[in-house]
Amino acid sequence: MAFQKYSIPKGIFGSPFVGFDQFAELFKDDQFYNALRNTLAMSVMGLVSGFVCAIVLALLLNEVRLTLFKRTVQTIVYIPHFVSWVVISNIMIFVLSPDYGPFNELLKYLGLIEEPIYFLSKEKWFWIIHTFAGLWKELGWSTIIYLAVLSGVNPELYEAADVDGAGRFKKMIYISFPSLLPTATMLLILAVGHLISTGYESQMLLGNSLVIEYSKVLDLYALDYALKLGDYSYGVAISMFKSMVSIILVLGVNQLAKRLGQSHVL
Amino acid sequence: MKQKLTLGGTAFHTINYLALTLLAAATLYPFLNLLAISLNQSMDTVKGGIYLLPRKFTLDNYILIFQNQRLFSSVSLSVARTVIGTTLALIATIMVSYALSRTEYVLRKPLNTIIVVSMYVNGGLIPYYLLIKNLGLTNTFLVYIIPGLIGAFNVMIMRSFFDQLPSGLIESARMEGASEFQVLTRVVVPISLPVIATISLFVSVSHWNAWIDNFLFNTRESLSLLQYELMKILLQSTDQIGAGNMDSIDPEMMRMTTPESIRATMTIFVTVPILLVYPFLQKYFIKGMTLGAVKE
Repeated sequence: MAFQKYSIPKGIFGSPFVGFDQFAELFKDDQFYNALRNTLAMSVMGLVSGFVCAIVLALLLNEVRLTLFKRTVQTIVYIPHFVSWVVISNIMIFVLSPDYGPFNELLKYLGLIEEPIYFLSKEKWFWIIHTFAGLWKELGWSTIIYLAVLSGVNPELYEAADVDGAGRFKKMIYISFPSLLPTATMLLILAVGHLISTGYESQMLLGNSLVIEYSKVLDLYALDYALKLGDYSYGVAISMFKSMVSIILVLGVNQLAKRLGQSHVL
Repeated sequence: MKQKLTLGGTAFHTINYLALTLLAAATLYPFLNLLAISLNQSMDTVKGGIYLLPRKFTLDNYILIFQNQRLFSSVSLSVARTVIGTTLALIATIMVSYALSRTEYVLRKPLNTIIVVSMYVNGGLIPYYLLIKNLGLTNTFLVYIIPGLIGAFNVMIMRSFFDQLPSGLIESARMEGASEFQVLTRVVVPISLPVIATISLFVSVSHWNAWIDNFLFNTRESLSLLQYELMKILLQSTDQIGAGNMDSIDPEMMRMTTPESIRATMTIFVTVPILLVYPFLQKYFIKGMTLGAVKE
């Protein structure tokens, strides 16, 4: 279909074959590069921040000795994972609202700003807000696996470190952190395969026409063409481009993982 | 493990506890704030300054959203989707995972690979849309149920749980004359309840939260889900749909309340069911998650 000028009444067998025309048009379109940039930027930001924060949080939680406190914190930070993006964006709009939104209030209270800022209408802020929202939603959830790994660390290692006079902090840096690394590498490799497919729910819900230049990702771009303009072939071409990139990424990182001696999926 | 607390150690602990408390507060606060707003008189909310507790307590906002006829139909539809979808998806996932976990099954390897690949590669949004359209699933209730029957990730988790069941158990059941189906329903399912609970949590939450399929495939209003209704209200406020589209809130209501209050109320209303179920299943899903992931 990506190689045709598809039209619904003619169907897939009746539509004329146009070869790579759709792709040629795609690569000429400025909007395509814009969408590609947005997709990659938001994926990379989400990926990096998600990884770093999850590991830090897991390490911190692991240091907590009061079981009740630890359980409570865990229960609370897992909640947003189970809430839909619709609710999350609603919450974000509230929090960032210029009319008494908590974030603006906080900044005013701290004396950092005089006038409330309407964050969601600022193009430059969109990527940051999006990353932050994603982080808020998934941070707790992504610590689960790290905590499981940490609970499996051989206690003798810590005892040995005690004998050698290492403090809490030293133990965290030299024992807990390295024991997380293999798992983290594996998850990172798996995540890279998804880099080009960030999903589009969050961008669609958090974005608005004021920030569209920064919020439109590839899927939304394809959706626009197919559903609003009825140009299905163009939409398919975009989807196919995405799939090709993710196949290459997945196979690539899988090879890389094998070479590094990590476990691999395929 | 008793340990002498050094000065640095104490400082570290204090900061650690403080940071974690802050994080938990930052997670919880928006929910509580919305709850307070939803319970506060809407005209009073506009003046600002509502934090954790409502200032002028009222249930008006809730009464108003319950008066909306469309809300009622979308709630029942969402509940129906969640219940039917989760039940059918569980049955399908259990059967597929069980077949894939049996070592004597010839196609085990290739099918496993195909399922894993489907986690990373898909046809893309538009081909998917056309597929659903050509299958005649647009504007039906079935579009909510059928595409989600088998999720690759769920199959992986469940399969790895089945994989580590002792094979002697299944063999001995077979020796005593159990049919293959009886082995599954009488032996495997009862001992797999933790993983089944995990998967049902994942599936039911994703059914409850889904709205994209509603948005893409079902334009008929009688098929609107609760999340989609909420999403429409949300978009009205961020201008994507446009100002002329306030139809899900009737003008009668608008005089007595503000869009902010309605949004807050709807948000809480949509979130509460999840919060009610979630604590009971927490201990299962942590087990289920780590099991599926570590064993990869």
